[in-house]
Amino acid sequence: MAKLSGAELRERLERELPLALADSGAQLPTPAAIHGPPPMVQESEDVLIVAERLIEAALYLRDTLGYSYLSDIAVVDFLAEDVFELVYRFYHLEGGAPLTLKLRVPRAAPDVPALTPHWPGANFHEREAFDLFGIHFVGHPALRRIYMWDEFEGFPMRKDFSKQGDKYIGDEE
Amino acid sequence: MLKTEKLQINIGPQHPSTHGVFRMLVTIDGETIVDLVPVFGYLHRNHEQIAEVNTYLQNMPYTDRLDYFNSMANNHAYALAVEKLAGIEVPERAEYIRVIMVELTRILNHAGALGFLINDMGAWQTQLAFGMREREKILDLFELVSGARLMCNYFRFGGVARDLPAEFVPKLRELMVAMPTFVDELERLLRENEVLLQRAVGIGILPKELAISYSVTGPVLRGSGIAYDIRKAEKYSVYDRFDFDVPVGSVGDVYDRFLVRIEEMRQSRRILEQALTQLPDASGGHINPKARQNVRPPVGDAYARIESPKGELGFYLVSDGSSKPYRYKVRAPSFINLTPLGDMCRGYKIADVVVILGSIDIVMGEVDR
Repeated sequence: MAKLSGAELRERLERELPLALADSGAQLPTPAAIHGPPPMVQESEDVLIVAERLIEAALYLRDTLGYSYLSDIAVVDFLAEDVFELVYRFYHLEGGAPLTLKLRVPRAAPDVPALTPHWPGANFHEREAFDLFGIHFVGHPALRRIYMWDEFEGFPMRKDFSKQGDKYIGDEE
Repeated sequence: MLKTEKLQINIGPQHPSTHGVFRMLVTIDGETIVDLVPVFGYLHRNHEQIAEVNTYLQNMPYTDRLDYFNSMANNHAYALAVEKLAGIEVPERAEYIRVIMVELTRILNHAGALGFLINDMGAWQTQLAFGMREREKILDLFELVSGARLMCNYFRFGGVARDLPAEFVPKLRELMVAMPTFVDELERLLRENEVLLQRAVGIGILPKELAISYSVTGPVLRGSGIAYDIRKAEKYSVYDRFDFDVPVGSVGDVYDRFLVRIEEMRQSRRILEQALTQLPDASGGHINPKARQNVRPPVGDAYARIESPKGELGFYLVSDGSSKPYRYKVRAPSFINLTPLGDMCRGYKIADVVVILGSIDIVMGEVDR
């Protein structure tokens, strides 16, 4: 079983790809309190990297560490921090916990290198992230909307997407 | 040789073989597929957005609607994610009840999926009727425990909604006595069947390396010869206590996926048998009494995944400390398993597309979300 913890991965990356690591280390951005008290910054095992170095780091995970299986790409919109966070999850085919890479891009210019040329399996994940969040994957061969129709304007999963017409929103219990 | 012209046609969105509203934009040369682009979104309702305005518990019945064939499996993955996020413990009896429900779901799904696959090959109704007959028996059991046949909404954070009724275990044992007969009959009918061999062997091949780089999961990945099963690879619940095998194919064609699913039904039955033997008595309770259902998890994120009948089903949750998820993301197996469809179909005939799609086993409720 492949057992590499997030801390070990950070150590390895520090040694091999020092430029890939983002400075702010282990801190997660704090979600904007849309329906709750203001949260606290919390510790996490996941490794935060610089967006421009994503491909290098991902290929290092695949080719050197053997984490060849890209399972999921999730986007979180941290409106208060003005960033999108992307969460990449890689698995080893021998089993074990995932290695998670996170990166943050400013909401105004969400440019992220595409993994699709290296992992064809990232195709639909990235198209979904583009469709719902408007993340621009640089180098993606066919970055089109996947769920919404092509003429649709806006990105419906963004926190500031207008929810006008939904009478249940805004009435906190 | 006559010169032919390439032609673009649509299969779907309304087509009996697409298992829902799903469109394939196909470029053909004669009858051969040159290119295939899957198009979907007809059932898109922004499930994830709706989940953000619901409380955690309100999302439990909503997960039923993802893969409406396997509501129990969806419940399980979601419950695991919330429990991980909020640090809720689950009593042992509840873990066993969950495993029983999810393994029954797997049998039900495969019985149905194989029936539909044979249907797609043109052997109308016979196998589908047999599969649905078995499915009905399991749905009766689900009705017994949860009150609903399809949208079960049975799992709760820290356990399950109610304990097993007294007549459940005898009925399940009865079902399990009859089950091998069904699976054996299915295999005897079809394994050497000329129609199936002609339509399935060597069709829709997905080689090992491609299967990995395309991130496919479940029976499709195992059909390509990779023994990756989350129940073994990243054990969750009480799966470390059961002895079962992970069947794999050799070539990665439709036939291999077919055989993997048959064998998985047998393995699920093995797990059920062990789970029934080990099932703790009711004194431990079916739900953690300290677990609040109106949960307010601490700030943070959590990802939990299970081996659903179709592949890796995962839920990614981000909490801002309130009673509603800040972000709720579903990693849907049917959706990702569709990625290699174009590559799997290229070079085959139009009639094969239907069979290849059937062998992936998709549910549009989960693909479109």
